[in-house]
Amino acid sequence: MWKLLQIELFKIFKRPRTYIAFGAIAAIIILIQAALWYDGKSYVDLLFSNLKESFDLGDEFKSNLLNGYLICFVILNTLLIQMPLLIALVSGDAIAGEANMGTLRLSLVRPVSRTEYILIKFLASFIYTLALLVWMALLALAGSILLFGVNDMVVLRSAGIEQIPAADVLWRYAAAFGYAAMALTTVSALAFLLSVFAENAIGPIIATMSVVVVFTILSEMNIPVYDNTVKPYLFTTHMVAWKGFFYIQANDDGTVIKGSIENLPAILRSLFILVVYTIVFLGAATVVFKKKDVLS
Amino acid sequence: MAPVIEVEQLTKSFREIKAVDALSFSVMPGEVYGFLGQNGAGKSTTIRMLLTLVKPDAGTIRILGMDLQRHRRDILRQTGAIIERPDLYKYLTGLENLRIFATLSGVRPGTGRLMEQLDAVGLADRAHSKVKTYSQGMKQRLGIATALVHDPQLVILDEPVNGLDPQGIADIRRLILQLSREQQKTVLVSSHLLHEIELIADSMLIMHKGKKLVEGKVSELFDPAEQVITLTTACPEKDMAVLKESSLAPLVQGKRGEAILLRMHRNEMPGLLRELGNLDISLLSFSASHSLEDYFLSLTSAMPHVEATAD
Repeated sequence: MWKLLQIELFKIFKRPRTYIAFGAIAAIIILIQAALWYDGKSYVDLLFSNLKESFDLGDEFKSNLLNGYLICFVILNTLLIQMPLLIALVSGDAIAGEANMGTLRLSLVRPVSRTEYILIKFLASFIYTLALLVWMALLALAGSILLFGVNDMVVLRSAGIEQIPAADVLWRYAAAFGYAAMALTTVSALAFLLSVFAENAIGPIIATMSVVVVFTILSEMNIPVYDNTVKPYLFTTHMVAWKGFFYIQANDDGTVIKGSIENLPAILRSLFILVVYTIVFLGAATVVFKKKDVLS
Repeated sequence: MAPVIEVEQLTKSFREIKAVDALSFSVMPGEVYGFLGQNGAGKSTTIRMLLTLVKPDAGTIRILGMDLQRHRRDILRQTGAIIERPDLYKYLTGLENLRIFATLSGVRPGTGRLMEQLDAVGLADRAHSKVKTYSQGMKQRLGIATALVHDPQLVILDEPVNGLDPQGIADIRRLILQLSREQQKTVLVSSHLLHEIELIADSMLIMHKGKKLVEGKVSELFDPAEQVITLTTACPEKDMAVLKESSLAPLVQGKRGEAILLRMHRNEMPGLLRELGNLDISLLSFSASHSLEDYFLSLTSAMPHVEATAD
């Protein structure tokens, strides 16, 4: 099984298309970091413009805000919405691309079971997803820390702002990246399922993005009738739950409780829903693939 | 000697179209077995069922003495195949492609062994070039190398000479004969190119519209001494009438376009030439051929350009 996984990874990482995602992530992160390096003060003013009337944020406070932790948060907020497209580029291609190239039939006449074949392909897509996240963490977190240094991290919430002590931030990022890996794996499983039905990679890639976009719109829209009927069941609703790791509990006097998470059960519930979605997508892909007549 | 492939009552439909209809045949060890049929006859569907790419609706397949459903992995470990055009990973080199398919086949030959296999199909000097730079013939040869990389007992080649130039066709033909004669492998080869099957196959099966028309030894089914004579004359209608009134009438098969077709044994040729000289026909050209194509066309009745003689 390890040898089969090795060749799947070899095929993925030998393909020029694979590096589009790495390049796109690097470009976005570097552009954000460069802009904030050049004129971070204006960005902070804009970010906290609504709070100006309530709080007097002094210049020193504002200059401390713009540190590596906050910038990484901004980058994650921006990029994790775009990441599904980059994931779909590889996962949507996994089976459909092989069918399109004519290599699926050559591979399936080898002594490898279809279940083994599809699971190895999924595992390879998962490793690709992890590699993208590690790349993103390296540039967004390590890069921002190197460029902007570290300080307490301020998170803007509807109720105001909360300040997480610098020493209490890194583990939250580790948890957030871990959660993001699960969320993106769900997207990968969806693209994988759609890939099984197609003989051209474009279809599953576009279909995956369409599902993600439609579900995200439904998740974000404030339509009361959907709040309890539709939204809780959309996987996109739960993809953004990684932010929960940055919502910290506070004592009655307003001091934050170090190492705490405001609503861990909600995060775990969201994680569970994503796991269920992933299993359902992957299970369906396996069943369909096992029964499929390969005519490509 | 037990057959390498035994197929019984194999049936497959795609919606309302019956692609393969109660097909039965067997392939003996060490022989080159030709699978003949027009495009759409059901050859590729049958081959895909033999290779578990397509699930049959009914029927049984036994390969190397094992039931295909229950021993899929064991059978495929001893089977090498290419199906139609062997498209490979174009962004990888020939050597990398071969290594991938070796791994999928459960073997891990070293680079030296892989290079020997590329050399056997004449690709050693292009081993490190990306497949996208290969000609169609080179891709076909690499495809065959991937089918043979794990040294299988049974080789299944679906349309292996499609898209090849005459030299490429001759190379593949030589390779197939070598596999059978020198390495005692059993080779099932499908083609719609009748002449190719005629040159290499020991046995053959002719399919038409999903059904078996005939199966047997090529030497028994098709007599190379049987000749098809094509006559071109200045007045085909009148000359056809003259031929039908002559002693050559039993030999007349019909017309193909403006040409008149006769069928006879090679030994009857001298008599034919004498008789034609005596008849009042304006002969423009005369050619004799013997081919599987004529036999095939007569079986499949797919000769819309041949008008049957009215007796």
